[in-house]
Amino acid sequence: MNAENRTIRSGRMHYCPVCGHTIAQRLIGDVMDELGIRERTIGTAPVGCAVLLYDYFNCDIIECPHGRIPAVATGIKRMRPDNIVFAYGGDGDLLSIGLAETIHCANRGENITMIFINNAVYGMTGGQMAPTTLIGQKTITTPEGRMSTETGSPLRICEMFATLSSPVFIERVAVHDAPHMQRAKQAIRKAFVNQIEGKGFSFVEVLSMCPTHWRMGGKESCQFVGNEMAGYFPIKKFRDVDG
Amino acid sequence: MEHEKMLVMGNVAMSEAAIRAGCRFYAGYPITPQNEVSEYLASKLPAAGGVFVQAESELAAINMVYGAASTGERAMTSSSSPGISLMQEAISFIAAAQIPCFIANIMRGGPGLGNIQGSQADYFQATRGGGHGDYRLIVLAPWSVQEMYDLTTLAFELGDKYQNPVMLLADGILGQMAEAIEFREPVAKKKVPKPWALTGCEGRKPNVIRTLYLQQKDALEEKNAELQAKYDKITAELQLSETRFAEDADIAVVAYGTPARIAHWAIKKAREQGVKVCLFRPITLWPFPVLELRKVARHCRKILVVEMSQGQMIEDVRLARIPATVVDPKIEFMGRGGGWYPKPKELLAKILEVAKP
Repeated sequence: MNAENRTIRSGRMHYCPVCGHTIAQRLIGDVMDELGIRERTIGTAPVGCAVLLYDYFNCDIIECPHGRIPAVATGIKRMRPDNIVFAYGGDGDLLSIGLAETIHCANRGENITMIFINNAVYGMTGGQMAPTTLIGQKTITTPEGRMSTETGSPLRICEMFATLSSPVFIERVAVHDAPHMQRAKQAIRKAFVNQIEGKGFSFVEVLSMCPTHWRMGGKESCQFVGNEMAGYFPIKKFRDVDG
Repeated sequence: MEHEKMLVMGNVAMSEAAIRAGCRFYAGYPITPQNEVSEYLASKLPAAGGVFVQAESELAAINMVYGAASTGERAMTSSSSPGISLMQEAISFIAAAQIPCFIANIMRGGPGLGNIQGSQADYFQATRGGGHGDYRLIVLAPWSVQEMYDLTTLAFELGDKYQNPVMLLADGILGQMAEAIEFREPVAKKKVPKPWALTGCEGRKPNVIRTLYLQQKDALEEKNAELQAKYDKITAELQLSETRFAEDADIAVVAYGTPARIAHWAIKKAREQGVKVCLFRPITLWPFPVLELRKVARHCRKILVVEMSQGQMIEDVRLARIPATVVDPKIEFMGRGGGWYPKPKELLAKILEVAKP
């Protein structure tokens, strides 16, 4: 495949070194290339660091108001059922301000592919607490570390989705090392194939690094995903209608 | 040409007009006094090949419309005042992205949860944009069930023509009352080309619908200038109004929606008593029909503005700067908030009072 036909445009992304967005978006792009769906796909850009994904994806893209990705994606897919629609968003977007839209989209069983980047922090706004910030994790709005007595516990969305009957595929993956990236790619691929086959709502949560706002080095932040995040957010498949 | 004549509610007339105008998508959330819209479209829109979604909130509803309309299909939502407030962020996005869509606000009393009586208290919100940033909606104001139908048809045409969201602003009385109307077929049903639509990029470069302009210097300023140029064009081309009895009038009643309808009766009664009074009825609230208002009112010594609010459109009447050819017309007001509407005799008495030298 020559460069101009690839889903991910050549050139640099603006993300910080070791950021999970870079890896997740390249995995999505690889899957779209392998499935040959770039020209059929309509993507959604979230608000946050990944808003600029329309500069990286060589396909139709719409930028959504914060939290409303699942609603915008619903409107697109209902009008264009033969197109492939992916919804891409972070923990602030999908789990905080847009939690209602996220859950209702899943519960309606919209035939879309939703990729959720969980890096336990708000990136673009400078490192505030996210709904998925771990207990004890320091952010600029939890300077002493997150305390469950004040802010509750990190939201586990895969586990919540597993209580719904509509989603056909729910998996939590991570991108902190090569084996996990491979597994993440397989999950993303399955989430797209399900949509192509008209099966229904498919969801992949990606545990991701944010070294800048975690105030960690690259290696340390990868270890944080593998040890701390994976300890609270188990890396596993929660549902696959195909078994 | 023979047309079907049907006795229907305003909300139903609007819904049927949307279907006949080729609307393919509706999303909405229940709120009184516009629930007949979703009740009607839940069965009729799918039967016509469209999609009906009961959304989890007004936020979701308008964003579903944003997505659906971004594919180039005609799409709409409807709500009433508090629900329209919830939609404002997305309406700003849709206006910024220049995506046509249709939004109906069947207004109820406010502020806050207010009540469920008809009202016109959302005039400022509708005509000044409503959400954040410099933008405008085209705002249409029906005064009858027939116009609930006709202006809905027009709204879809104008949306496509100007690539802009269009709002139908009607008080709850118009949504709820029934009249015999004609279901007219849209004149121009042909599809406007929408090369910007998201349909998948096969055979063309990818389309991106966005409203963020962070990176390039001056890009957002240029985007604002582009929008303003469009708003100036709309202002020049689209000032719609209706005037009755202007020929000899030295008093003008300015009203839209239900108060205009009541004023029409009161004006006829006043004229029977020799009072030279006319009706000026804006049909576009944005752009406000200043040119025609100046013409109609320039020989008037008094202008009476009647609104189902504490007084909002009256500011546009003042801003119209009616040239004083005889005397500087005195602008009087009749209106109250909270679900009040002018009783016919009450309004007649007000006209007679205003008419006193």
